[in-house]
Amino acid sequence: MLESVLKTIYVIWYRELIRFFREKSQWAGMIMQPTLYLTFVGTGIASAMTFRQAPGGTPVDYMTFIYPGIIGMSVLFTSMFSGISIIWDREFGFLKEILVAPVPRWAISVGKALGIGTIVSFQGTILLILSPFAGLSLTLWTALKVLPICALVGFAIGLLGISIAGRMESMQGFQLISNFLTMPMFFLSGAMFPLHSAPQWLQVLMVIDPLTYGVDALRNAIYAGIPEAQAILQHSIAYDLSIVGLFSIVTAATGVTAFNRQG
Amino acid sequence: MSIIIVDHLVKRYGDFEAVKGISFQVDKGEVFGFLGPNGAGKSTTIKILCTLLTMTSGKALLNGYDVNREPLKVRQSIGLVFQDYSLDDRLTAEENLYFHGMLYNVPRALLKERMEQVLAMVELTERRKDLVRNFSGGMKRRLEIARGLLHHPQVLFLDEPTIGLDPQTRSAIWEHVLRLRDELGITVFMTTHYMEEAEHCDRIAIIDHGEIVALDAPKALKEDIGGDMVTVTTTNNKQLAEEIRQRYGIPVVEDGTVLRMEVEDGASFVPRLAVDFAGMITSVSVHEPTLDDVFLKTTGRAIRDELLDEKERFRQRRLGRRRGR
Repeated sequence: MLESVLKTIYVIWYRELIRFFREKSQWAGMIMQPTLYLTFVGTGIASAMTFRQAPGGTPVDYMTFIYPGIIGMSVLFTSMFSGISIIWDREFGFLKEILVAPVPRWAISVGKALGIGTIVSFQGTILLILSPFAGLSLTLWTALKVLPICALVGFAIGLLGISIAGRMESMQGFQLISNFLTMPMFFLSGAMFPLHSAPQWLQVLMVIDPLTYGVDALRNAIYAGIPEAQAILQHSIAYDLSIVGLFSIVTAATGVTAFNRQG
Repeated sequence: MSIIIVDHLVKRYGDFEAVKGISFQVDKGEVFGFLGPNGAGKSTTIKILCTLLTMTSGKALLNGYDVNREPLKVRQSIGLVFQDYSLDDRLTAEENLYFHGMLYNVPRALLKERMEQVLAMVELTERRKDLVRNFSGGMKRRLEIARGLLHHPQVLFLDEPTIGLDPQTRSAIWEHVLRLRDELGITVFMTTHYMEEAEHCDRIAIIDHGEIVALDAPKALKEDIGGDMVTVTTTNNKQLAEEIRQRYGIPVVEDGTVLRMEVEDGASFVPRLAVDFAGMITSVSVHEPTLDDVFLKTTGRAIRDELLDEKERFRQRRLGRRRGR
């Protein structure tokens, strides 16, 4: 039984990767979107206003501020929308092949989420290569910390996407619901503006947004060698990661049952 | 020995009873055909036997395992070829097989050898590295059959395996199926709309309105009809159907543009008919009963209508998909 479960998780993970690497448009989208945000939105906002809101009075370049946020955003979007592959699989019949296999259904969700986690770490790697454009020079050690954070956040949000997609009939429905969730999660995560400067009511919403902790964890890792940026951080990396871990348990609980009612 | 035992199987959707307490058994090593009009309960029954759907009441055993209580063991015992393609067309033929072998926990040492075996069996060895999206319909079907056999199932379920395929491909697939039965002793449970294909089955069950209305070997079913089938085209089907019924006291079925009737002795009936209805009959033919006639008699519908419906549905779906992509 254990062997069969591990094989299932492995092969579903493997398929997710094969399919991803074969699809060139996915590659393009994955690289283009964060690059655009970083160059246009980042540069644009940075030049339109002096970024004064870093607490402690230390001026931090807006690009430095937004860079971890862009990584968080890419992870969020990629992992949430990866759930759509389930709807494709249902549409093209392949989901049946998986559902009639003599394996527990939860293993299917876990394999898929691990695949998503792996893919977003590749995406993280590409974004790390872009870090000089944000005026950052990162060490290998930083990179080694950033990638597992990406993977964990991707795993948690991937399961959220899976639990939505597994219960949805149409692409449109999935897109609607997941947009409805990702947009506020992104805006409230502190990726674009810091928590400190937001009004009280907005701060409350930001505190309950799980992505806030993902972005903060990324900042913790990336700002490791930048003393003047420390004031932007909200929590310790351990605290951030435990919240993201808890969140992944919640999404896992809904994600692993996504296929149970299927027939 | 029975490999499938179905006992008073019922499936209800709200008030609608899709399957009304059917019972039948399938012997090990036989090719069992499951026929019936659309919506008769065929797919529902297959889905229940494959553990994709739960039954409302009754009992079903497959390879000795209870469908309700040991679904994973049942799944391990069966291979499935669905009506619609269920391959990942972005993967190669080989990758699709590998994926399946892993899901069914085929031991690593055996997997490579089995993959080669099944690919050779369906003559796809040379295309093993090609993406499935570049395959023709027949090749996809063959690959699906190969995949269904990879884990050496006891029962192979084929749901309309030849729909939408050209005649050559259809007969090639039948050759494979019959060879499997002969060489591996595998049990094949299939649905089909093609009556000439149903002739290949060892036994056939015809299901209509959720009940089994006939179950026997094709030959026996045809012999049951007894006499000859007479097909007549006339100048006025409605009127003549009624008059023939009254004059000879036999049932007459209006089937499209023709009238069909079953008579004891066709050779002597035809001259009588021609004299009695002179000028109103444009052509007559007599033939021994076929499975079409069996189907028509037991369900009151011609299987050809079903086939057209089915083909149309298949075509529509494919168009819809292409648009959706």
